[in-house]
Amino acid sequence: MNDEAACVLFDSGHRACGGCAAAMAARLILDAAGKDTIVVSSTGCMEVFSTPYPETAWGVPWIHSLFENNSAVASGVVASLKKQGRKEKVIALGGDGATFDIGMLCLSGAFERGHDFTYICYDNEAYMNTGIQRSGATPYDASTTTSPAGSCSFGNSRPKKDLPMILAAHGAPYVATASIAYPPDFKKKVEKAVNTPGPCYIQVHAPCCTGWGFEGEKTVAIGKLAIETGLWVNYEMENGVVTKVKKVVRKPVDDYLVGQKRFRHLFKPKRNDAEIAKIQALADRNAVKFGIDITLKK
Amino acid sequence: MAIGTGCTARPGKSRNNKTGSWRVFRPEFINEKCTSCGMCRIICPEGCIGENEEGLPVPDYDYCKGCGLCAEECPSEAIEMKKEEK
Ligand SMILES: Cc1ncc(C[n+]2csc(CCOP(=O)(O)OP(=O)(O)O)c2C)c(N)n1
Ligand code: SF4
Ligand code: SF4
Ligand code: SF4
Ligand SMILES: [Mg+2]
Repeated sequence: MNDEAACVLFDSGHRACGGCAAAMAARLILDAAGKDTIVVSSTGCMEVFSTPYPETAWGVPWIHSLFENNSAVASGVVASLKKQGRKEKVIALGGDGATFDIGMLCLSGAFERGHDFTYICYDNEAYMNTGIQRSGATPYDASTTTSPAGSCSFGNSRPKKDLPMILAAHGAPYVATASIAYPPDFKKKVEKAVNTPGPCYIQVHAPCCTGWGFEGEKTVAIGKLAIETGLWVNYEMENGVVTKVKKVVRKPVDDYLVGQKRFRHLFKPKRNDAEIAKIQALADRNAVKFGIDITLKK
Repeated sequence: MAIGTGCTARPGKSRNNKTGSWRVFRPEFINEKCTSCGMCRIICPEGCIGENEEGLPVPDYDYCKGCGLCAEECPSEAIEMKKEEK
């Protein structure tokens, strides 16, 4: 068996759930960035499943930060490497809770100061490691333990924060969204980010079978449906301008929602037309904003 | 100030942890149907699918958790999930 090619930089034996997109993302990131990389990782599923004391899945130097100071630790590593004249790439990794909410202050500071590192948020759209609490990345109407659907609630009452645009507004030279459902595209974006001087940001959609409620074998299929319905858009921004967008022949949002327990309340006891129309409107807005629609010739 | 070159920690490898014991279903690779497209190797979250001299995928059952993602995504239906015999 060819160990070299399969998994040297991010190794087997980690404790992620079967079918975990975050585990896929970790391996793809290191495949793309290569061995001369230093990783700073805040708390969350990826950190917990990859480093059960006293073992590690990381074949590169790896530092565990707090939630709050992930980007500050990365900034310090970058400054130290610069002083030493070293050329390693620095990648800060965080979940959506770590990135959108708790680490936002240091992330904003590091991007404004312009440190040369890449921040990658693996977005599983809630605080999964502590049992599925909503974050600023949780989509509209998703049921979580802190936004439970019930007789007076349809789930999370707020739309997802537009963090890529916020970081682009800091003057970041490269900002991209990606999905684990399209691994070569994701790897290309990681390569581009680590080779672009200055603070770069990638947000990778990482469907979570445990938190969203689907079978682990469907992780890639669910990721594809997010894109095919327009609820997730894969794009690249260079110096604040959108330069590349993945276009699709759009499917209705139902196709994405219906396969996930976190949206089950929208279909039971019967289809909630009014709420699903609001989610469809979010997808329609994305389609106009990014021009993702491919119109088929009749 | 001198900068140390040593590690602050010398962890063991996650490979010590044989996650293959989690498996309920086992992916079986049907080589006759395989086109060596590499999709299963790219997406396996365990990174536990290697490649033999002929370019065919070879899973490492010491680590395969049996998630079924490779079977679901294989474009040639060359992977079948079978109940694990214990
Ligand atoms: C300051 C602080 N608050 C709370 C926690 C508890 N905690 C550990 S992991 C986690 C969830 C992190 O969510 P996210 O960043 O989205 O990563 P995920 O687990 O979803 O991959 C929380 C809240 C902590 N470790 N530190
Ligand atoms: S809870 Fe979700 S993100 Fe965490 S290890 Fe399981 S599948 Fe991965
Ligand atoms: S079943 Fe899952 S863990 Fe096993 S080889 Fe296939 S993708 Fe990898
Ligand atoms: S995905 Fe299927 S066809 Fe492609 S290499 Fe794997 S087993 Fe072969
Ligand atoms: Mg999360």
